[in-house]
Amino acid sequence: MGFEVLLKGNNMLRLLGGLGVAMYISLISVAISIFLGIILGALMTLKNPVINAFSRVYLEIVRIMPQMVLLFIVYFGATKVLGINLSAEISSIIVFSFWGTAEMSDLVRGALSGIDKIQYESSMALGMNTRQTYFHVIIPQIIRRLIPLSINLITRMIKTTSLVMMIGIVEVLKVGQQIIEANRKSSPNAAFGVFATIFLLYFLACYPISCLSKYLEKKWEN
Amino acid sequence: MEEILRVNNLSKRFEDIEVLNNLSLSVKKGEVVVIVGPSGCGKSTFLRCLNGLEEIEEGEIFLDGEKVSSNKKNMSKTREKIGMVFQSYDLFPHKTILQNITLAPIKVKKRKKAEVEEEALKLLDRVGLLSKKDNYPRQLSGGQKQRVAIVRALIMHPEVLLLDEITAALDPEMVREVLDVVLSLAKEGRTMLIVTHEMAFAKAVADRVIFLENGKIVEEGSPKEFFEDPKTDRLKKFLETFSYEK
Ligand SMILES: Nc1ncnc2c1ncn2[C@@H]1O[C@H](COP(=O)(O)OP(=O)(O)O)[C@@H](O)[C@H]1O
Ligand SMILES: [Mg+2]
Repeated sequence: MGFEVLLKGNNMLRLLGGLGVAMYISLISVAISIFLGIILGALMTLKNPVINAFSRVYLEIVRIMPQMVLLFIVYFGATKVLGINLSAEISSIIVFSFWGTAEMSDLVRGALSGIDKIQYESSMALGMNTRQTYFHVIIPQIIRRLIPLSINLITRMIKTTSLVMMIGIVEVLKVGQQIIEANRKSSPNAAFGVFATIFLLYFLACYPISCLSKYLEKKWEN
Repeated sequence: MEEILRVNNLSKRFEDIEVLNNLSLSVKKGEVVVIVGPSGCGKSTFLRCLNGLEEIEEGEIFLDGEKVSSNKKNMSKTREKIGMVFQSYDLFPHKTILQNITLAPIKVKKRKKAEVEEEALKLLDRVGLLSKKDNYPRQLSGGQKQRVAIVRALIMHPEVLLLDEITAALDPEMVREVLDVVLSLAKEGRTMLIVTHEMAFAKAVADRVIFLENGKIVEEGSPKEFFEDPKTDRLKKFLETFSYEK
């Protein structure tokens, strides 16, 4: 079946290491995306025409550009055209953050504008000041709405990191290909075993996260 | 009896529409004033001006002899003294019933948690909802939520309570349980300004009834005069819309 190649040498460890690279890139990108997305999303609710025009163009670019094109533009564009030496990892973190910030800001905007005006007013009517209102009433509700959605973004990012091997990063899929290449003669079926294992690894990485998000969503529905 | 709330020549406009037109009113301590009037006549706007949810543009409001200003810092102080319950359910969905009630006294008045909880449980018991203390608002009916909202306002020990059509969004069978709570508050001598469309309730609870139309007080009087012997044609007409005769 081709699973035996994984027992050879440290092949399994290498696959896990490749998954680690994918997780590392996506987690850093998610952290940046959440941070910048919250700022941009909050700015978007101000209804400032300049910010709105900017964010509309930005979201549209992210929506229509394949991530792979963005990866090539940043990685090759920056090094060849601008002469800045960006590592493949940094390039992919930039691209994923660029993408994630767009998605996140849209989620934050939705969560913020989804909170009824009466929530602010009844908090104020109880004598709470603006800071207390945000801290105890508004932000906890926003976080409850955002966490499941941002977890969903994390799993999609982990999946999409398989693209980064296109710019030379040795992540899990790339390791898999290397193992298959190296054992082409001795185990012609290696492809099946390796890809099945990668499937399982992705599943093991994403399924608990996705379960957690479903659980939180259920717990916090109101 | 001493005056607790005084409104002098209050006017308020939204863009071109004059919503409140030179309105004046004095409320004594312990008095229950019911405000009725056609929809859109400015009842909510009036209550919202009293606790600073709408900016006061013209006129003055005095609470307990002190001038209420739109200044942000003073406003929170004023709001501690004026409680308000709204028409739409406004409990905090992420907090339990007990937490909904204790949040403001703990954070705003800096009272001790244990003491506040004890008082909250007493009040919940009084409105028949002690068993719901650990539930979330989504698990309560509309009538139960409004009773909690009343308790949440009461625990701040407001000097004046504003109720804005608190039964208007309720199913008919739940109206009674909420109004009974309000009646018991009136009996214990609370100062209240109540906006309602329940005329029988207005008659039972009010010391004074005010008819508001186009942002002006058209007529006011004791419930007996007001409902049985209305002076103005406009009030007569308004009251007719609530009676059914063949
Ligand atoms: N924030 C606002 N902006 C513009 N117009 C408003 C606003 N709030 C209320 N109005 C208008 O003011 C008038 C009085 O409203 P309101 O006080 O809610 O009346 P009521 O409570 O008596 O039904 C209505 O015509 C309403 O459309
Ligand atoms: Mg109203």
